[in-house]
Amino acid sequence: MEKEQAQMSADEKLEANIQKLLSPKGPDGNDLQFQSPEAEANYKASITRIADAVKLKEPDRVPVTVLPSMFPFINAGMTIEEAMYDYDKCAAAFKEFILEFEPDMHIGAAAPGPGKFYEILDYKLYSWPGHGVAPEHCYQCNEGEYMTAEEYDLLLMDPSFYFRNFYLPRVFGALGGFQMLAPWTSTLEMYGLAFNYVPFALPPVQATFQALFDAGAEALKWAGAMGGSNGELTTLGYPNILGGFTKAPFDVIGDTLRGTKGIMLDMYRRPEKLLAAMDALVPIMIGMGVGAAQQTGNPLIFIPLHKGADGFISDEQFKKFYWPTLKQVMMGLISEGCIPFPALEGHWDSRMEVIQDIPKGKTAWMVDQSDIQKVKATLGQNACLIGNVSSSMLNLGTPQDVSDYVKNLIDTVGQGGGLIVGNGAFFDEAKPENVKAMVDTAKEYGAY
Amino acid sequence: MSEQLVNAIADMREEEALKLVKEMVEGDSDPLEILDDARKAMDVVGKRYEEGTYFLPELMLAGEMLNQITDILKPKLAELPEAERLGKVVVGTVAGDIHDIGKNIVTFMLDVNGFDVLDLGVDVSPQKFVEAIGDFQPQVVGLSGFLTLAFDTMKETVDAITAAGLRDNVKIMVGGGQMDDQVKVHTGADAYGRDAMAAVKLAKDWIGG
Repeated sequence: MEKEQAQMSADEKLEANIQKLLSPKGPDGNDLQFQSPEAEANYKASITRIADAVKLKEPDRVPVTVLPSMFPFINAGMTIEEAMYDYDKCAAAFKEFILEFEPDMHIGAAAPGPGKFYEILDYKLYSWPGHGVAPEHCYQCNEGEYMTAEEYDLLLMDPSFYFRNFYLPRVFGALGGFQMLAPWTSTLEMYGLAFNYVPFALPPVQATFQALFDAGAEALKWAGAMGGSNGELTTLGYPNILGGFTKAPFDVIGDTLRGTKGIMLDMYRRPEKLLAAMDALVPIMIGMGVGAAQQTGNPLIFIPLHKGADGFISDEQFKKFYWPTLKQVMMGLISEGCIPFPALEGHWDSRMEVIQDIPKGKTAWMVDQSDIQKVKATLGQNACLIGNVSSSMLNLGTPQDVSDYVKNLIDTVGQGGGLIVGNGAFFDEAKPENVKAMVDTAKEYGAY
Repeated sequence: MSEQLVNAIADMREEEALKLVKEMVEGDSDPLEILDDARKAMDVVGKRYEEGTYFLPELMLAGEMLNQITDILKPKLAELPEAERLGKVVVGTVAGDIHDIGKNIVTFMLDVNGFDVLDLGVDVSPQKFVEAIGDFQPQVVGLSGFLTLAFDTMKETVDAITAAGLRDNVKIMVGGGQMDDQVKVHTGADAYGRDAMAAVKLAKDWIGG
C-alpha cells in the first residue's frame, strides 16, 4: 500500500513526485493519451534524464533545455504586446517554438502573462507594452519603496493583512478599497461582528471586488490557454516540469517591498527588523512553492536570485542577510519533495563557498555569467547545474561558437552527470540558428 | 579638518556623523570645511569600494549621509562650491530599457571620483544622447542596459553618434545586465565595464586624473 504523504521522508516524496511525472494524467483524471508511442517514449526519456541529472547520476545523455523570456514570440514575428493580449496566439507561438527546438524540458508559455488582467487591476509595479513600454519590448519592473521603513512592525505583526491593506493598494490602482477592510482576525464573536463587514457596502470596496472578479475571469481565460498548451505539448512528448516559483526572503523585501536602496539602507539603519521580517517570510515562501507544486503536480520550484549577486553586498553581509533564509526556504521545499530551481542571475562567483552547503542531489541551479568551471568544482559537487550559454552568444555569436561552447560544457561540467545544457539567462532576442545549435549539440554530443 | 567626522562618515556611523555636523554648525565651524570633510570621507568610501571591502549598501548610505549633510549646510552657504572636476561624462539607459539601478550607481561613483556627470535617465533615445553630447561636450559616454534588446539600441546609439559626426569627440563605454565584450564589439563602443569601478577606471584612463 502507498504510504501517506505525511509519513514519507523527503526522498520518498521526491520519488513519488517523479513517479507522478512519469505517469501523467489527462484532464479527466485517467492516464494521459499521448499522440504517438514515440511521443510517450520521448516524454518519459526526458523526465528520466532530468531526474537523473538533478540526482547527480549520469543519464543516457546530457539533457537540454531552453528557458526563454520572450524569444518564442519574437521568433514567431509577434510583438510582445500581441503575446500578452492574444492568449491563443501566444500558446500557438510557444508550441511552434517547442516543435522547432525540441528541448527535454520547458517551462510553458506563461512568460508574457495576461496583459488585460494587469490592465484591469491597474498594475503599477511593472510597465508593459502599451503601458510605458513599446509594443515590441518586454515588460520591466518599476522598482520603488512600496513599503516604507516605518512599516516593518506592521508587516511582522500580520504579513497577510499588511499585503492586503497596504501593499496591494499601492501596486494595484484598482484595489484601493482594500485599505478600508478590517483584518479577518477580527472575526471572533457574534457581538460586534457586523461592524467589521460594513466596508463591503461602500462603493470603493465594491469597486475593488468588481475589479477582482473581472481580473479573475481574465486570469481564468488565460490559464485555460496556458493549461491547454502544456497539456498538448505533453501529449506530443515535451514535458513542462515547472511547478511554480518562490523567492529568497531578501529579494522579497529588496525587489518587491523596500527596493534596492531601501533594503540596503535598512541593513545599517534597522538590521534587526530586516532580519526579523525575513524570518517571518520563510514559512510563507516555503508555502508558496509547496502549494504551487501541489496545485500543478510539478516539483520544480523556480527561485530567481537577484540582490545577493557579486558586487551587491559583501561576503559577510551575504552570510548574514541573504543566505540563511534562502537556505531555509530551499530546505523547506526539499523536505516536501520539491526540487528548488534557483537562478544565479548575473555573476555569483564569490558566493560559491557559501551556497555549496546544500543537500546533495536535490536542487538544480541555473548559472548565468558565473565561471561555470569553478561553479562545478564547488556548488556543482552537490547540485545539478543548468546553463550557461550566454545571452550575448545566443544573440551575437555563430552556431559554431555555440556548438563549441556546449561541447566544452559537456566535456567538463558534464563529467559524471549533474549538467543540464541550456541558456544562462532568460532571453528575448537571439538568432534561432544559435538556439538550435545549443539543443542539437547537446543531443548529438551529450551521450554518456 | 575633523578626523572624527571623516571617520564617522567613512565607517558608516550615520547618527554620529549627523550629530557631529550639527554640533559643528552650532559651534560656528566653517561650513565649507565641513563639506570638505564630507568629501574626504567620500574619497575613503570610494577607495574601500574599489578595494572590495565596501559594496552597494555602503555607497547608498554614504550618498544618504552626504545629502543630509548638504541639507544641513545649505542655509549656511551662499552657494555650494563647485569642486574641481576631472572631466565630463554623459550616462543613460538606452532606448527601450527602463532599468536604472546600475546606471545610478555608476553615476554616483563617477561623481564621487570627481567627474562632472550628466545623467540622462532611462529609455534615452539615440537622438537625446546626440543632443546631450553636442550641448554638454563630454569626453566619455556611458551606455547602460539590462536587457538583450539593449544590444541593438546601444548599437543604434553609437551609430547615431557617428552619423552626427561626434564619434571622434567621445569614448563610449557599455555596461549592465547581459553586456560583455562580444556586445561591446557589436555596438561599436570602445569598452565594456563589468561594474561601477570599471566605469571609473575607464573614465580615468581616457580622461586622465
